[in-house]
Amino acid sequence: MTTESEDSESMEEQRTPKIPVWDLPDLPTGKLPPHLELQRTRVLCTFDAPTHTEKIQSSGAYASMGVDNSMQFEEFRNKFRVEVIRLTEDDLEVDMIGIDASLANAFRRILIAELPTMAIEKVLVANNTSVIQDEVLAHRLGLIPLKVDPRLFDYISENDEPNEKNTIVFKLHVRCERGSARIKVKSDELKWLPKGSEFVLNSEKSTADSTSKTKTYTSFSCSQDSLPEFSNNPIAPKHDDIIIAKLGPGQEIELEAHAVKGMGKVHAKWSPVATTWYRMLPEVVLLQDIEDEKAEELVKKCPVKVFDIEDIGKGRKKATVARPRSCTLCRECIRGDDWDKYVSLRRVKDHFIFTIESTGALPPEELFVEAVKILEDKCMRVISELS
Amino acid sequence: MELGSLQDNSQATFSLTDEDHTLANSLRFTLNQDPRVSFCGYSIPHPSDPRVNIRVQTTGDSAREVLKDSCQDLMLMCEHVRSTFDQAILEFKSKDGLKSMKI
Repeated sequence: MTTESEDSESMEEQRTPKIPVWDLPDLPTGKLPPHLELQRTRVLCTFDAPTHTEKIQSSGAYASMGVDNSMQFEEFRNKFRVEVIRLTEDDLEVDMIGIDASLANAFRRILIAELPTMAIEKVLVANNTSVIQDEVLAHRLGLIPLKVDPRLFDYISENDEPNEKNTIVFKLHVRCERGSARIKVKSDELKWLPKGSEFVLNSEKSTADSTSKTKTYTSFSCSQDSLPEFSNNPIAPKHDDIIIAKLGPGQEIELEAHAVKGMGKVHAKWSPVATTWYRMLPEVVLLQDIEDEKAEELVKKCPVKVFDIEDIGKGRKKATVARPRSCTLCRECIRGDDWDKYVSLRRVKDHFIFTIESTGALPPEELFVEAVKILEDKCMRVISELS
Repeated sequence: MELGSLQDNSQATFSLTDEDHTLANSLRFTLNQDPRVSFCGYSIPHPSDPRVNIRVQTTGDSAREVLKDSCQDLMLMCEHVRSTFDQAILEFKSKDGLKSMKI
């Protein structure tokens, strides 16, 4: 790249020398000079603030240097890569390489706020003599994640009758007997009622002598457990050990909870993810060889053990970057003295470490696919509106 | 809804209801990547109003067509992300399955 004499001179700045425009070749080479390429693809984390954080999006930004900054779909197709790091029942960590932050952020926003799930929305309290108030109890019930595929249900609107396609009914009836010890009410006490509500509507009580069955708060035309999708996997809360309330002797809770389909932007209880986030891949570059005591010092400086020491023979030691991925960019290694001349902290602008933590309604890999589909639907909507 | 393109269809503001940064920022990205676009940007006029305005100015082509093409691009990218992601998950699962079998 650069000769030795140039190197020592440019070391004052960065490893990558700045090239004055009149030193550029007359004919465009189709490549950016290294310092511009660095600014384009990396966020530089200097000790006071990160610089070059903005992605240069405009297609003509480097037109004067003969570099086309527009992204052709073919190029995207060739460059884009997904690498799965970790996949468990509820967690997913993937590396998405070659994607823009705007898209990664769109997926994140959709996962949090626009993917539907089922959650308890209405609570009919028949009896509650516990110390926890009805409204607090109802709120706690709402936040319990339910293990049920929301794609099998419809949204319910204000004037809709609750039926087997849009409502799930749970019953909770616990009593702490007088003279016994206090008990904890846990989420496994929520019993699924596949046939719908068991509470009789008040207005119907007076005409209960009619031949048809009494009217309840829901009007299911068939039992949910007769439907093929639920016959083998009954609907229940995802975890059976969530404490809902505590009852003292003589206290009792009897209620029915109606779960409906909704989205996270209405209330966080409908969010299918505990959270989801991304971060750019940290890149740690040693600008000069760091040896012996200096290397030991560097290894000691880093709280997350990014650096290691390598023996280079004759009893000499050299610092190496062993675990750049665990770097939190705390910038401890470039603090003080001239350390920023030795170490450069960067982030790769198009490499995202994307993590999804599902609450259990759907596995995380399916959540991501659904999120991408929703973004596609949004585009479809705009296209059809413009045509 | 398209505004301000009566005399000159190379520039227009599109007002999309029930959309937010999710779509607008992604569209701004794809629009910016299009060499026909000379300027584009978006704004949310009021945070409690579910509406986003996208401004598109082109070097001569119809702004409406350019925006439509950008939506198409975004859809193609999404499709590619989805298929690549599915492929990666499948590969990981089959590799993981082999590991857990311990032959």
